Amino acid sequence: MSASAVKNATALPGRRGLRRSRLARPSEFVAESLLLFAALSAVAITLGIVFILVRESAAFFTHVPIVDFLTDIQWTPLFESPRYGILPLLAGTLTVSLVALAFAVPVGTITAVYLSEFASPRLRETVKPVLELLSGVPTVVFGYFALLFVTPLLQKLVPGLPGFNMLGPGIVIGIMIVPYISSLSEDAMRAVPMHLREASFAMGASRLQTAVRVVLPAATSGVVASYILAVSRAVGETMVVAIAAGQQPNLTFDPTEAAATITAFIVQVAMGDLPHGSIGYQSIFAAGLTLFLLTLSFNVLGWFVRRRYREAY
Amino acid sequence: MVRHFHIDNPTMKNDSSTAGVHIPSARAIESVGAGGFRSDLLRSTSKSSAIKAEVRGLDFHYGGFRALKDVSMQVQANEVTALIGPSGCGKSTFLRCFNRMHDLYPGSRYDGEIRLYPDDVNLLAPDIDPVETRIRIGMVFQKPNPFPKSIFENVAYGLRITGEKRRQVIHEKVEKALRDAALWDEVKDRLHQPATSLSGGQQQRLCIARTLATEPEIVLFDEPTSALDPIATASIEELIIELKERVTILIVTHNMQQAGRVSRYTAFMYLGELVEFGETSRIFTRPAKRETENYITGRFG
Ligand SMILES: Nc1ncnc2c1ncn2[C@@H]1O[C@H](COP(=O)(O)OP(=O)(O)OP(=O)(O)O)[C@@H](O)[C@H]1O
Ligand SMILES: [Mg+2]
Repeated sequence: MSASAVKNATALPGRRGLRRSRLARPSEFVAESLLLFAALSAVAITLGIVFILVRESAAFFTHVPIVDFLTDIQWTPLFESPRYGILPLLAGTLTVSLVALAFAVPVGTITAVYLSEFASPRLRETVKPVLELLSGVPTVVFGYFALLFVTPLLQKLVPGLPGFNMLGPGIVIGIMIVPYISSLSEDAMRAVPMHLREASFAMGASRLQTAVRVVLPAATSGVVASYILAVSRAVGETMVVAIAAGQQPNLTFDPTEAAATITAFIVQVAMGDLPHGSIGYQSIFAAGLTLFLLTLSFNVLGWFVRRRYREAY
Repeated sequence: MVRHFHIDNPTMKNDSSTAGVHIPSARAIESVGAGGFRSDLLRSTSKSSAIKAEVRGLDFHYGGFRALKDVSMQVQANEVTALIGPSGCGKSTFLRCFNRMHDLYPGSRYDGEIRLYPDDVNLLAPDIDPVETRIRIGMVFQKPNPFPKSIFENVAYGLRITGEKRRQVIHEKVEKALRDAALWDEVKDRLHQPATSLSGGQQQRLCIARTLATEPEIVLFDEPTSALDPIATASIEELIIELKERVTILIVTHNMQQAGRVSRYTAFMYLGELVEFGETSRIFTRPAKRETENYITGRFG
């Protein structure tokens, strides 16, 4: 058949042409454009935030050398002779997050294993939403819970624990992020195909052996991703530490001491009366940029973990 | 109606030359009671027909659905018994009764008996520990399902979960199992690579090695070659024929030629019932029942 014959065939009256045309389905074109616009504006807003962070931080770094920022061991922007070393805030942030993880990783993982491999469907359907409710509680409530309940309790166990410390808020943040770990890890474990469990049971493995030796390793990427999300959440948590950790920058990794975190400092200054444009005010952008880079690196790490341990069942 | 099927080859039945040969690991299955005593008694007597298991009036329910109806048959030791029948007739259901896989899911109910010899215990009795049962009765599935672990760790799995800690023993048994599964030469230089890097046929042989490592007495195969190409299929069939020297084999297959090539006995199932059971050569040449003949000649199923 010659090319012209084909052309004639498509042009037959009553037949739809085969050629692509945007105008063929106008509603689809509109919907597509709207979706694209929504997606682009999300990207634009993110870029805008990063832009402002970087611009304000740049202004800050014209006054404070970046080396001082990274190496000075004091953070006293509100003093007569201010010092701008991020290390104390970073230490506070990491210490609180580590305490939170030390609590949430075992509790969250065990909860996930139990819900996925042992609990009856009915129990699972009850417990999961209740756990997820935890993340709906306003964080200010958790802050006072840490200050007025957990810390007094800890003071009975750890003699000499000051009223403001990193242990109490760390544990409370741990409680807050348990649902992230348990919920996402449980999803990852339930996604492990039944035939792998059957292979394990058919070898004579018990439920616990199957859960620990087959299901958990097979769900590694999802489980580790849930840990990383939980870290980002812990690092970014503000209210609890601002209320219960003491708001005094302190270069220490001892969780029984009072300290401030990056986020706690940012709210403190943002709500205080430092004039806009002052170096002290700009310092919160530098601190914010540090926090952003910290969380960004966790997310990148999470991405690599997912890729490295991509499930191959 | 109660149908009982017995082996139509009388020379097989009283073959006492194999007495005691097929009792590899003498782990007592009974979690309570004097199982150890009874199995000792049995081994010392000469009352050893070569019957490895006997199914008596087996009924199985998935919730309210009766998937197996009064199945009775004998499984000969050190022979391959094939289960054939149209899709949905209950072959997998039947096979999975032997290692109590149904216990994993709520709502399943067994009635009747599967007696395991030489212990002479009913595998379906409530006081039988399914975990111990599965150590002695292994299973190979339709789709190769290696764990997302290394080749070595896949085969070592059964040893590790039974508490074997001695490295030397584990290494020896893993190598032996891989040799028995005709996979050793292909994987000996890559034991620590992930099992998923193997081809489908190699993965299935790995699953066979994994099952063999704990020296089971019976191995259940549920359509082990249906996901494989003809060459991989041939190597698995060859393996099954060799393995029957040491273990008793039950195999579900949709492939008549395969049943003919590997099995000594064949059971034909239809709608949850065992319609006909006998020597494979006889079933395929002179089926006694109309349904069997129709199925074998491809008129239905
Ligand atoms: N989990 C289950 N719950 C309820 N019914 C089931 C379940 N599994 C299987 N059945 C039913 O039991 C019957 C037997 O199923 P089975 O899987 O044993 O068949 P099969 O002979 O192995 O078929 P195939 O050759 O397709 O694998 C079928 O009617 C099936 O629908
Ligand atoms: Mg089946």
